[in-house]
Parts: sequence; C-alpha cells; structure tokens
Amino acid sequence: MSTTLQTPELVERPNYLNEDYGWKSWLFTTDHKRIAILYLISISVFFLIGGIFAGLMRTELLTPAGDLFNSDTYNKLFTMHGVVMIFFFLIPSIPATLGNFLVPMMIGAKDLAFPRINLLSWYIYIIGGLFALSAAAMGGVDTGWTFYTPLSSTYSNTFVLTAATGVFISGFSSILTGLNFIVTIHKMRAPGMTWGRLPLFIWAHYATSLIQLLGTPVVAITIALLCLERVFHVGIFDPSVGGDPILFQHLFWFYSHPAVYIMILPGMGVISELVTCFSRKSIFGYEFIAASSIGIAVIGFLVWGHHMFVTGQSMYASMVFSFLSFLVAVPSAIKVFNWTATMYKGSVTFETPMLYAFGFIGLFTIGGLTGLFLSTMAVDVHVTDTYFVVAHFHYVMVGGMVMAYMGGLHFWWPKMFGRMYPEGWARFSALVVFLGFNLTFFPQFILGYLGMPRRYHAYAPEFQIFNVMSTAGATILGVGYTIPLIYFIWSLKYGKVAGNNPWNATGLEWTTTSPPPKFNFDKTPIVTEDAYNYSHRGEVEVG
Amino acid sequence: MAETHSTLVEHSPDLQHHFDDMGQQFDAATLGMWAFLLTEIMFFGGMFGAYTVYRGMYPEAFASTSKLLNTWLGAVNTAVLICSSLTMAMAVRAAQMGQKKLLIWMLVFTMIFGAAFLGVKAYEYHDKWVEHLIPGLGFEYKDTQYFHQAQILFLLYFAMTGFHALHMVIGFGILSTLLVMAIRNRFSPEWYTPVEISGLYWHFVDIVWIFLFPLLYLIGLHQH
Amino acid sequence: MTHHISPVRDYVLVWLALVVLTFLTTYVAFFDMGQFNIVVAITIAVVKMSLVIWIFMGVRYTSRLTKLFVVAGFFWFLILIVMTGQDYVSRNWLARGHMW
Repeated sequence: MSTTLQTPELVERPNYLNEDYGWKSWLFTTDHKRIAILYLISISVFFLIGGIFAGLMRTELLTPAGDLFNSDTYNKLFTMHGVVMIFFFLIPSIPATLGNFLVPMMIGAKDLAFPRINLLSWYIYIIGGLFALSAAAMGGVDTGWTFYTPLSSTYSNTFVLTAATGVFISGFSSILTGLNFIVTIHKMRAPGMTWGRLPLFIWAHYATSLIQLLGTPVVAITIALLCLERVFHVGIFDPSVGGDPILFQHLFWFYSHPAVYIMILPGMGVISELVTCFSRKSIFGYEFIAASSIGIAVIGFLVWGHHMFVTGQSMYASMVFSFLSFLVAVPSAIKVFNWTATMYKGSVTFETPMLYAFGFIGLFTIGGLTGLFLSTMAVDVHVTDTYFVVAHFHYVMVGGMVMAYMGGLHFWWPKMFGRMYPEGWARFSALVVFLGFNLTFFPQFILGYLGMPRRYHAYAPEFQIFNVMSTAGATILGVGYTIPLIYFIWSLKYGKVAGNNPWNATGLEWTTTSPPPKFNFDKTPIVTEDAYNYSHRGEVEVG
Repeated sequence: MAETHSTLVEHSPDLQHHFDDMGQQFDAATLGMWAFLLTEIMFFGGMFGAYTVYRGMYPEAFASTSKLLNTWLGAVNTAVLICSSLTMAMAVRAAQMGQKKLLIWMLVFTMIFGAAFLGVKAYEYHDKWVEHLIPGLGFEYKDTQYFHQAQILFLLYFAMTGFHALHMVIGFGILSTLLVMAIRNRFSPEWYTPVEISGLYWHFVDIVWIFLFPLLYLIGLHQH
Repeated sequence: MTHHISPVRDYVLVWLALVVLTFLTTYVAFFDMGQFNIVVAITIAVVKMSLVIWIFMGVRYTSRLTKLFVVAGFFWFLILIVMTGQDYVSRNWLARGHMW
C-alpha cells in the first residue's frame, strides 16, 4: 500500500496549498487552513525571539554576580521573555495553528463559522506583535509581564504604554478566535456528529474558547485603565494618590490565571488524540475527560487569588482561593489517570508524537503537583517569588503545553503538508528536548526552595551549581528545538510523501487527502460512530 | 454518503458557501453576536468592578463627587436611549416583515436619538472641562481633602461613560451602514441578518447605560 | 426561515414600562433610605435590563442555547464582582476577631 503513494502526481493533486499562488492568495485568504499556516510561521518567529531573551537571561545567570547586564537591562529581558512567550507564542500556539486547521475538519465542516473574522484575528495578532516588538526595539519594558502597579503605572521609565498596547490589541485576536470556535462547534457539526462523538481535541478547544471569550476582555479593560493612568497621571492604581495596587492585581489575574488554562487545555486535547492513536485503543472515560475540560475552564475562573497570597489580600479570601485551587487540580488529575488507563492493555508504539505525549504526561504531572504546593498558603509564603514558581510554571507550560504542541505538530504534519518528517531525527530531538528540559528546570525547584528569588540578575554564590546546570540544560533544550525547525522545513520538499492516513488514526481529518482540498471534504461526511473507534483498525502504519 | 454540495442546490445569493443553508447562517451570526456581547459584559464588568471597590473605599468622596453630575441630563439621556431602543426594535421588526420604508424611518429615528444622546454627553463633558473636573488635565477640587479620591472617581466616570459613548459612536456608524444598505434594497425577510445583530448590539449598549445612570448619577445623592 | 415577529404592542408596552421605571428610579433617589437606596436602584435597573433582554432583544423566543449564553454572561460578571469583593469585604475580619 505505501509504495503506490510515493508518486509525485499525488502530491500535485489540487489541495489548499496549490489551488492558488501568490502573496495575495495568502494574505487575503479566508481558508482556515492557510490562516493556520500564517499563524504557524508567526508564532514560530515569536518563539525564537522569546527564546533568545531566555538565552540571554540564562547566560547572565551562569555566574552569581550581575556581570553581563545591569539590573535594569535584566529586568527588561525577563519582561520581554514573558510578554512574548505568553501573549504571542503560548496563548495562540495550539488553538491558532492546530485548532484553526483541524477544528472545522474534525467536525466535518468546510470552514469556521466566520472565515473573514478568522483572517482579521491574524492581522490583529500581527499588529499587536509589532507594537510589542517595537517596545523591545526602542529599549524594552522592565515591569515584568505582570505589569504590577505602581511600577508600571507611575514609576517605570520604560516603554510600558507601547508594550501594553501590543498586549491589548493581541487580546482581541484571542477573543475573536475563541468566539469563532464556539459558534463553529455549536452550529457547524456534520450530520451525526453529536456532542458525544466529538473528538476530545474539540472539547478541549471549546473549553479554551470559553476562557478566551470571557477572560480576555477583563485584562483588556485593566490594561486600558493602566494606560489611562500612565497618560493622565491619575492614581487609579497608585497608592500614593489613593489608588489600590491590589485592585490592579485582582483585575489582572482574573484573566491571567484562566489564561494559564488557555495554555494547557489545547495541549490536553492533543494528548487525548495521540494516546488513543498510539495505544490503538479508545479513550478511557470519554465523558470524564470532556467534562473535566469544561470543569477546568469554569473552576479556573475562581482561583486567581492564589497569585496574591502575600500581597495583603484578606486571609479569608486567600483561604477560599486556596481551597478552590485544590479543587481545580482534580479534573486535571482525572485526565492523567484516564490517559494512563487508555494505555493499559493497549498496543503502545513509540513514534515521535507518542514520545512527546509520554513527556507531557510525566512533566505535566510534576508541574501540576507543584502547583498544589503553591496553592498551600503556608508553603507559598516560603516559595512565592522564588525559582520554585518559575520551575512550576515552566513544567506545565513547556514540559506540558510545548511538548503537546510538538507532538501535535508531528502528528498532523503529514496531514497539513502531505509529507512525513524524518522519524529518526524526530525521535532523537524528542529525547534531547526531554533531557534538556529537565536539566534546565528541575534544578530550579531546588533553587527556589533554597531561597533564590526570581527576577534577580545576581544571586548568592551557593546557588551557582544549580544555575550552571540550568543554563547547560537550556542550551541542550535550544538544540532540541532547532533540529525540528530544520527537518520540518526540509520535509516540505524532501520528506516522504504521506497518504491520507499515515497513522491509521480515527477522526474525520484523516478521511480526506493529505494535504486536504480547499473545502476539506469532497462530500459532507455523515458520522455514525463514536470517536476513537480503534477496535476494528489494525496497527499504526506509517505510510 | 449523502451529497450536500451547495452549488447543485438553488440557494439565496446571500448564502455564504461554508454554510449549508440560510437558517444555519442566521443562527451562527446571532450566536456570534451574543458571544461578542458576553465579551462586552466582561469588558464593562471590569470597570464596574473598579467602581464598586472605590465606592466602598471612599464613600464620602463618592457622595461629594456624585452631586457634581447633572441628574436631569442623565435622566433625559436615559429616556432618549430607551426611545432609541424602541425604534431599533421596530426597525428589526420592519426588516423581518420586509417593510422597507418603515425600516428606513426607524433606522433614521434611532440615529437621531443616538445623536441626541451623544450631544447631551458632549455638553456634559464640556461642563466638566469648564469646571476643571477632568482628571490629569488641570483637575481642581474644592473639597481639597478628597482631591485624590475625587480624581480617581472622576477618572472612572469618564472611563465608563467614555467607553459607553465610544460604543454609541460605533453603533451610529453601524446604523449608517445599515441605512445605506436598506435604501439600496439589500434587506428582505429572507436575509436581514445585519439588522438583527446590530439590534442586539444597540440594545446591549442601552443596557450598559441603564446601569450607569443610577450608579453614577443617582446613588450618593443622599449619601452621608 | 421563520423567526417569531413580536406585535408592535409588546414593544410599545415595554417602552412605556422602561420610561416609567426611569421616572421611578430618579424620583426615589431623592429620598434618603440609607443603604436601601442602592438596593432599590439596582433592582429597578435589573428589571429594566430584563425587559430589554426578554422583549426587545427577543430572548423570550430564542433557543435554549441563547438563553444559556445570557445566563452565562451574568454568571461570569458575578464571579468577577463577588470573588473580588469578598477580599475587600473580609479585610479586617481577622483583626476584628469576628465577621460582622
């Protein structure tokens, strides 16, 4: 079967990539698949920029003294690293690339509900990104990505307004994507695609979209008020003139905590797809995973005060937030148990996507459990604003979400481009990423517990050994991310031609050609079975 | 597998090809507008949240500032917006029934009421400018002990009514577009979706004012 | 595509009710009722909003899904106000040694 699919003619079949050429056909496209590619390129650029900032930070931290950069510059480095990685890489990542490409296909639709708004989302994202990059180019921002007042509103001499405007604008991109997905999933499912038959990737993106829709506007108005304060010098958040900096933090974290679930739920959706395919087994506890996704989205809005335990927030409120934070861990744990149960007595194989899935499950578990440490008020008082927190969120965001993103990219790459990536190099890179990641961030748990504060460019000499380990790990991690960049681009021209369904996976996206035609399906599919019906399929066949 | 290729079936020229039929398209558009209105609730909600906190924190300053707002202008503006909501609802109804002339007149009346609201708002803002009550631009407060707090509260007043007015201006622009489309006979009972979703938007902006009026103009008239 | 068309009478009656309630809320504001002033004002505003949503925006005749969206909007707004407010309201509970 695989030999007949190597012929070049099949690659030249009309598909969404070759049906039209020229920059106008890309920049004015309304095809969700092309918009996904536009986002793929953009977020990769921002990932590189954010990574460079991280590299500079880690280089400084090789030695205890603040010798490479002065503290002001270092402040700008970690601020820009955070702003770029969170707002311009992680939040769009899976939803805007894999989500945009796959949501219509997985539900059997020809496009999203609002294709022109989809394109507008990308343009808004780019404009926001340009504002953020110009803030960096003009000299940067030094407030931390959290823009705490009154530093950001009153005292900082850096380009807060420009950077904040960039974040404000890009928020609307996120809102519109969420809006588009929600309406699409409600209204454009193919006949027979009931809610109970949706792939869990769709449930995950629905939950993510709820957060994008309902949370982002609050950070938008918060940033707008911050900008007003900075321009008119009125103390809305400045305590010296009667303002309340805690109010800023409440409004900021009302969005920014749920935002972290934007930065994990899509990854969880990917993992459900990968674990089922590479265990050749239906998911264990479909309804529980679907309900957990919604549960995380809803409860995630009730826990933000755990970022504010030491700010002066009332003890009572802190207890409420702490308790609810414990609660929000439960649906995540349910998912980990269910993925594990899916693999039990399955026929597990270790293709690259599955390697990333394994990495996700282990590293997300560590990250999630350390989140519970932080939700415990007494422990938090000791480790807040230390490297413990830094390690925790990198475990979930990088060890979790970025691993899922890499796994998903590898899994759906043949569908998106009709070409396979080189499996040998890919498995090697996955291992390099895993090793590099742990070497970078595990020592940071120890550093934080020992008391090294975050956002400092100098530190006590006894912390050096762990910092050196961390920087070494970061270098390895960088290599691990660079190799896929090279072979993915290489594969576009030289990769093995992929068939419709190289993984022999379930899901409507695999029933159409690779790459898909412009309108996804030659005939609207009619769905008659549940998702993940692997019992009648054979093995994974890479072809 | 069933064939549902839209080019083989006769359909309205207004059917966008990624939809199966006009009903699905209309449902998607209205659900999309409702989703957007949810984001607007949260956007204004942040300001209402800030208002609630500062009102609770500075009750005396708040009482002092709210006396400086013109209650009667606020009440008149509220009535004006309510009238505009009536004419907007009538406009949507006219579109549903294919009554082109009535649709045009109702859109025009809605725009007149909207413009009247904005005019009164401009007058109020001008008043505040003359009285040196614009934060950051030469703000003066006779009750000097409340200077900073009053400035914060006035910033919130301008932020809340300002963003509301911005939404009115955008709404006015949308209505003008609808008017042009209506005059050019674009709408019919089969397709009047822009009118329907613009109506939802306009009513929402009215609802925001329904809350802004008592919270800013009425509470604190009798506060100690 | 059939969507429910409300009679003009419904719209005019709602308009009338809204105008009357505006009068009422303005009139009542001039009486000193202490803490009750804000309760009355918010209640009247909620009634006005409900009329606009139910009749003017046609939610009375829409799908369950749309009604769910409307409820969700209120719920999320309330999360913001209540969960933020609980901090400020309880700030001095520890020092006071009791909650009220």
